[in-house]
Amino acid sequence: MTPSHDVVLVGGGGAGLRAAIAIAETNPRLNVAVVSKVYPMRSHTVSAEGGAAGAIAADDSLDEHAYDTISGGDWLCDQDAVEAFVKEAPQELLRLEHWGCPWSRQPDGHIAVRPFGGMKKMRTWFAADKTGFHMLHTLFQTSLKYTSVVRYDEWFVTRLLVDDGRVQGVVALELMSGRIEAITARAVILCTGGCGRVFPFTTNASIKTGDGMALAYRAGAPLKDMEFVQYHPTGLPFTGILITEAARAEGGYLLNKDGYRYLQDYQLGTPQPKPVLRSMELGPRDRLSQAFMKELEKGRTIETPYGPVVNLDLRHLGHKVIDAKIPFVRELCQKYQNLDPVKDLIPVRPVVHYMMGGVHTDINGATPLAGLYAAGEVACVSINGANRLGSNSLPELLVFGARAGQAAAEHASHEAPISAHVSAQVQDERQRLERDVLGKTGGRERLADIRDQMQKALEESAGIYRDGAKLSWAVERLRELQERVTDVSIEDHSRTFNTERVAAIELACMLDVAEAIVQSALRREESRGAHQRTDFPARDDRRFLAHSLISRTSDQSVHVEYLPVRITRWPPGERVYGEVVPHVETDKAAGRQIPTGARV
Amino acid sequence: MSKRIKLQVARYRPEQESESVFEEYEVPCPSDWVVLDGLNHVKDQLDGTLSYRWSCRMGICGSCGMTVNGEPKLTCATFLDDYAPGPVRVEPLRNFPVIRDLVVDLGDFMQKLVRVKPWIVRSVEKPLAAGEYLQTPEEMDEYKQFSMCINCMLCYAACPIYGLDPKFIGPAAIALAQRYNLDSRDEGAAERLEILSEHEGIWGCTFVGECTKVCPKNVNPAGAIQRYKLNAALESVKSFFLPRGA
Amino acid sequence: MAHIAEHYTEYHPRWLRPHISTYWWLRKRSYFAFILREISSLFVAWSVVYVLLIVYAVGRGPTVYQELLEWSRQPWVIVVNVISLLLVGFHAVTWFNLAPQALVVRLGHTHVPGAVISASNYAAWVVVSAIVAWIIVGG
Repeated sequence: MTPSHDVVLVGGGGAGLRAAIAIAETNPRLNVAVVSKVYPMRSHTVSAEGGAAGAIAADDSLDEHAYDTISGGDWLCDQDAVEAFVKEAPQELLRLEHWGCPWSRQPDGHIAVRPFGGMKKMRTWFAADKTGFHMLHTLFQTSLKYTSVVRYDEWFVTRLLVDDGRVQGVVALELMSGRIEAITARAVILCTGGCGRVFPFTTNASIKTGDGMALAYRAGAPLKDMEFVQYHPTGLPFTGILITEAARAEGGYLLNKDGYRYLQDYQLGTPQPKPVLRSMELGPRDRLSQAFMKELEKGRTIETPYGPVVNLDLRHLGHKVIDAKIPFVRELCQKYQNLDPVKDLIPVRPVVHYMMGGVHTDINGATPLAGLYAAGEVACVSINGANRLGSNSLPELLVFGARAGQAAAEHASHEAPISAHVSAQVQDERQRLERDVLGKTGGRERLADIRDQMQKALEESAGIYRDGAKLSWAVERLRELQERVTDVSIEDHSRTFNTERVAAIELACMLDVAEAIVQSALRREESRGAHQRTDFPARDDRRFLAHSLISRTSDQSVHVEYLPVRITRWPPGERVYGEVVPHVETDKAAGRQIPTGARV
Repeated sequence: MSKRIKLQVARYRPEQESESVFEEYEVPCPSDWVVLDGLNHVKDQLDGTLSYRWSCRMGICGSCGMTVNGEPKLTCATFLDDYAPGPVRVEPLRNFPVIRDLVVDLGDFMQKLVRVKPWIVRSVEKPLAAGEYLQTPEEMDEYKQFSMCINCMLCYAACPIYGLDPKFIGPAAIALAQRYNLDSRDEGAAERLEILSEHEGIWGCTFVGECTKVCPKNVNPAGAIQRYKLNAALESVKSFFLPRGA
Repeated sequence: MAHIAEHYTEYHPRWLRPHISTYWWLRKRSYFAFILREISSLFVAWSVVYVLLIVYAVGRGPTVYQELLEWSRQPWVIVVNVISLLLVGFHAVTWFNLAPQALVVRLGHTHVPGAVISASNYAAWVVVSAIVAWIIVGG
C-alpha cells in the first residue's frame, strides 16, 4: 500500500504551494502531493518582510527591472531567465492579489509600490512589512480550494527514489508516528528553501537546513553557484532577526560609531536627506555588507557583547511613517532589543540571509535528472547571479513555482509508470533510518557540538571576505566533521515525534551543503558579488563569467565544472551605484569583451 | 556566577508512560533569553530527548505555542527573566491531544479551517488583464486586523468552550472567516454563514473573551465573533421577513 | 482531502487527551469572572420577575401591594434581592465594557473608539436611572 501520486512537491512554502496550485489549475486530473516537514503556514516564506518586485509603474519598464537585477547580480545572471522573470513577476503578483493577498494600496485603491535596494525605480509591491506572511497565508488558504492537492503535513523527505536514470518518488518519515514510507510519483519538485542554518548567525528559521539541496546532490543532480551566500546588511545582533530593507527604503540611515553615514566612502553615492534609488542605503546588499566589514577593519563599528554592530537610524521618519509602513520592525525592536526605533538607534550587523546558489535548473525548473524539478530558494536558475536584489525572491517563488509546476505536470502526464525496483531502495532507507539513526547507541559526540563547529568553520572561511587558505582549511575541517558525525550520540529512541532524529538527518544535509559551499568558493578565484576573495580581489570575466556546477563523485569527492552564463542583451559592465545613472542601452559594452563561453 | 533558572517541563513518551510527568532542568537565564532559548539549551546540552516545535523564533510562524506557568504563550516571545527566580512550568498547549512532550496535534484546526472556506469566493473572476481589484486603505482596514492571524492556536488553548466541546469551530477559524467576509473583493459571506451559524459555529461562543486576551498578534477573535453574531442575527431576521432575500 | 494517517493505525501512537476538570472555572481569575457573569443572568432574570410582581401587585391595589411588601421582608428574599442588585450591577458593567467588541461603528474614515461606545452606554444608564428615580421618588 505505497502512496502514489502524479507529482510530489517537497516543501510547502511559497514555491511549493504556488506549484501545487499551478498543477491543480492547469491539470486538475493530476494528483498532487505536498510533503512538508512542517505545517505549510510555518514555512520560512512567512518571515519575509519587505516586498515583492514587479514593474507596473508608468515610468518603469521590464528592461529596467532586468538591468537592475542583472547588474545587481554582477552579471552572473542568466539573462533569458531574468527576462522571463521580470515579465511574469507582475502577472504573478496580480494573480496573488486576485486570490486575496492584502497588498498595500494607494489612496485611490490601486496597488502601491515602494523603493528597494539596488532598484532604480520603485517597483516593490508590499503588504505592510509582512509581505511573506501575507503571501504565504494567501497561497496556503487558496490551495485549500483544490481537492486534487493532498497534503502530508510533518512528513520529512529523507531520500529521492532514483531508478533507470529518473526520479520516481521520495522516501519520507512521518514525524508523528515515526513510520517510513515511499511516496512514489512520476515527477518530484524540490521547494525546500535555502540553508542559512549552515552558518551560526542567520535570519533563517531553524528549519532552513538545505534538505532539498542535499537530496539532489546525493541523487546526482549538480548544485550551482553554491559559493554565493547573501549577507543581509541589517540583522539584530543577538538573535539575527531580520530588519527589513524596507526600513532603509523608507529612509533609514546606517551610521558608524561616529554617527557618520559611512556608505558614502564606498562608491555608493553621497548622502542625501531622502532616499535616492540605487544609492547609499539603497545600494545592493553585497556592497553594504562589505562596507560593514571594511568599517570593522578601520575600527569604526561599535562593540557590543554580541560582536560589532553599526546603527540603523529611523528616528527622522517619525512614528506615523513607521507605524504605517514598517510596524513589524517597530514591534521586533521593542520586543527583542528593548528599543523603540522612533526614538532610539537600532544596532544591526550583516547576517546570512539567502542562498543565491542551489539545485541547478533550467528556465522551467527542470534539473538534469529526469523527473526532478526545483523552484524557489532551493533552486538556482539563475536569476540572482552573484548577489540577489531585495524583493526579487518572493516573485521568484511564484514565477518559478508556477513554471516548475507546469513543467513537472507535463512530464508526469507522459512519463512511464513507476518501476518495481524502487521498493528495494525504500527498504534500504528504512533500515538506515531505523538502525543507523534511531537505533544508534554509544555515540560520543554531541549533535549540537558538531553543528556548532560546522557553523563556526563556515563563518570563518565562507563569510563576507574569503581567502584560499581559510577555504582549504574548511574543506579539511568539514571532512573531519563528516567522520565525527557518524559517532554522534542519539539519546531519543522513541519513534513518536523524535526531533533528535530529525536534527541528525538535518545535520547530515547541512554537512553536505557546507561541503558544496566551501569547495565551490575555493575554486572560484575571483571576486564577484557576494563572493569576495582577498587573494583574488578583481572580477575575472575571462575565466569566471560562468556558473560553478558541483557534483559528488562516486568516491565521495567533488567535481566542479563551469557553465557559461547566458547573455542576451546586456553585456557585462561595471556595477555603478550612487547618483550616476547607468545606461540601460543594450549596445553599451563599457570597454569589455563579451566572453564566448569561458571554460576552466 | 551568572543567573540560572529552573524549567519544569512536561514530558510524555507514549512508549514509556501513560500520563505526563514533569522533569526539571536548570538553564542559564541571561536577560535576552526567551523560554525557547531555555528549551534549546536543554535539548542541545542536557537532554536530547525533549521534543517541541519551533522555527522562526520571531513570533511570525506560530509553531512554538506552549503553556508557560499556566498561560498560553509563544515561547519565542516570552522572556525567561520575567519569571525569575522561577521555576518556570512549561507544558503543551491545553485543549489539544498531546502527541509527545510539548507537541500537540493540530489536525482538528486544519480541518476546521477548510470548512470556513478561507479563500476569495466570487461568482465572476476578474481577468488578469483587467488589473487589480481596487481596494482603498479604508476598505482594507475593515479586515486587516483579522488577516494577521498566525495560526498559533493560543486562542484555542485559552478557550474553555473549546476545551469542553472540541466540536466548537473555534476563535481563529471564525476570525479567518470574517477576514474574508469583510474583504471587499469577496462575495462568499452567504456561503460561510451557513457553516458558521450551525450550533457549533459562532453560537457555541459565550464571549468569555480569553482568546482575544492571549492573541499575540492582536487579531481580536472575540470581537470578530461577536460582530459576526450581530450579522448572523440580522441575516436571520431579514430572511424571516424577506424570505426571497432582498 | 484524505490524509493517509487516518487509514493506517499500526504505528499510531497514543495521544494523551487530558480531561477538563469540573472545576475548570476555578483555575483562572478570568474564567471565574466569566462564570459569575453567566450566573448573574439568572439574577437579572429574577430582577425582571420581581419588577413584574411589583407591577402586578400595584395594579391589584394597595392590599395586594402591602402583602407583597410583607413577603419581601422575609430574610431570604432580602438576601436574594441584595445579591441580585450587586450581580445586576456586575452584569451591566461587564456588558458595557464588552460592548465595543461587538459593536463597530463607522464614522467617516475611522471607527468610533471603543471607549466612546462604553461611555455612551454608561451615560444612557445614568440618564435612565435618573428619570426612573425622579418618577418614583419625586413624582
